[in-house]
This record gives sequence, structure tokens and C-alpha cells, in this order.
Amino acid sequence: MSNRSSEELLTIAGVEYRSRLLVGTGKYRDLAETKAAVEMSGAQIITVAIRRTNLGQNPNEPNLLDAIPLDRYTLLPNTAGCYNVEDAVRTCRLARELLDGHDLVKLEVLGDEQTLFPDIPATLEAAKILIDDGFKVMVYTNDDPIIAKRLEQMGCVAVMPLAAPIGSGLGIRNPYNILTIVENASVPIIVDAGVGTASDAAIAMELGCDGLLMNTAIAGAKQPVLMAEAMRKATEAGRAAYLAGRIPRKRYASASSPIDGTFF
Amino acid sequence: MEIMVNGESREVADDLNVDALLEMLDLVGKRLAVEVNLEIIPRSTFAKHRFNAGDRIEIVHAIGGG
Repeated sequence: MSNRSSEELLTIAGVEYRSRLLVGTGKYRDLAETKAAVEMSGAQIITVAIRRTNLGQNPNEPNLLDAIPLDRYTLLPNTAGCYNVEDAVRTCRLARELLDGHDLVKLEVLGDEQTLFPDIPATLEAAKILIDDGFKVMVYTNDDPIIAKRLEQMGCVAVMPLAAPIGSGLGIRNPYNILTIVENASVPIIVDAGVGTASDAAIAMELGCDGLLMNTAIAGAKQPVLMAEAMRKATEAGRAAYLAGRIPRKRYASASSPIDGTFF
Repeated sequence: MEIMVNGESREVADDLNVDALLEMLDLVGKRLAVEVNLEIIPRSTFAKHRFNAGDRIEIVHAIGGG
């Protein structure tokens, strides 16, 4: 039998991707490390932030978009740092202009600096404006199945529940909610935020998530490129295990060797 | 006249257009987007869009982010 896990693809807004791991490009030591880690992760979708251009100082400093071979990646501009609808919508429109009409965006409207949890009413409002304006919205949300469904029904192309607070590395804090979201979804569910190490990535994928988006877990590791490799493998392993179908958990043992034919 | 560029006040010639501002800032050919008073200025109109005194201009680019 063929290896299904290597054949099946992740489809977002009609585009197919082989990799189910999406990575951020922030917090790296330098652009060379960013490039190496992104490459090692196997990611095909990478997030970028939109910020003011530095004026006056180092105008020839290399820029992320010059350092990364753009033909190999789908860029996903995010609205990180936006705490209201206006800033998030404005950021997406600037990103679309910056990237020559590119309309796939990651919407996040944050509610609080300590938790970076999403402001859900503002997220819903911004998603509506952006979808009406022709954007393809991948949306960061909490792990609430009702809100996840609402965002899907509005027309978001992917719903991205957090596993734990952004950058916390706490892992999948509420696997049952993530599972409920996955079971009810008809758009890709991508766990965004909270993954700390490879086993967290595998757990998310074993739950049936369609993909993972992470930044800090890789960029903040002692060896980011090695962690990028670990995350790629864990994402693939978790997906394969999900497709393979795990055995049920039982309280007592069941022998692996036959009982018949014993001579003692 | 005075304009605000990325939050900093600058004294510029009265007939300055977007192209000329980018040249002044050494940003020609860079991948960026320009907004004036919250309105996006399409790249195709950089040469003809002239600023007015008091304009608030934002010049943005993509950087690493998660």
C-alpha cells in the first residue's frame, strides 16, 4: 500500500501544500538563521509582520524579503500587535499593496498584552470587513468550538485556534476543545501558538489538526535549525499516526506474543 | 512645508511627490508600501501623488514575524 501521508496535501483557499507546518520568521538571531531554519522546517507558508521602514539608519541593511527566496514560499502577512479592528484591517490592506495584490492574510486581533489572547468580538468584526474586501483570511482564535465554527461560516479560509498563549511553549492545553473544533470543521484547522517542543506538535497533529503554525518554539530553541527539523518530523509523524488510527487505550495488558504453542 | 514621515516631522519642498520622498530617504527600489493620512497610495501613482502640508505618511515593509 502506498504511503498516504506523503501524498495527501493541505489545501488552503484552493492552493495545495505538501507541508503542514507553517512557520513564523520573527525572533531569529539574524536573517541567515531565519533562512536556514525556515528551509529546514520544510514550511511552504511563512508569516511576516508589517512595520515601519527604518529611515536614515542603514538603508542598505538586508531585508527579510531580499534574504528569503520568495518564489519558494507563500507569504502570510500577519496583523500581530494589532489590538483593534482598524489597525488590523489597515495592516492587511498595506500588506496587500506591499505584496502586489497578495490577498492571503493571517488575522489576529489581540485583547491583552499579558496573555495575547484574541479579542473575539473585534476578530469577528475585522474578519467580516476583510472578507468583504476580498481577502482570504486565516484567523487566529481561541480554542472555543462555537467561535471557530462561526469564523468558518463567515468565510475564513482557515481557522487557527491557539493551543496555549503565544510564545508560552505550554503545549496543547485543551486537547478536547481542539478535537471538537477539528471534528466540526470543513476548513483547515491549524493550531497556532503555544507549541513548545516536538511532542506538542505531534499531539496536535494526532488530534487531526490540518496543520501547525509556530515561531517561538523554533526561533527560541538553543539550536533553532535543529528544532526546525524536529518540528518538521513531528508534524509528519503526528499526521501519519492520525491517518493510521491509533489503538484504543486499555487499562490492562494484552500480550504481543501468541499464547498458543508455548512449550512451558 | 512640514510633513510627518513614520512619526517624525520633516521639512520638505512644497511640491514633493512620493517618488521624490523615497529618493530623499534612500528607499528607491525597496519593497514597501506607502500610506498618506490612512489612504494607501498605489505604487503606480508614486510619481504624481504630491504631498500637502501636515500630511501623515507611513512607509512600511515586511519584517520577520510570527
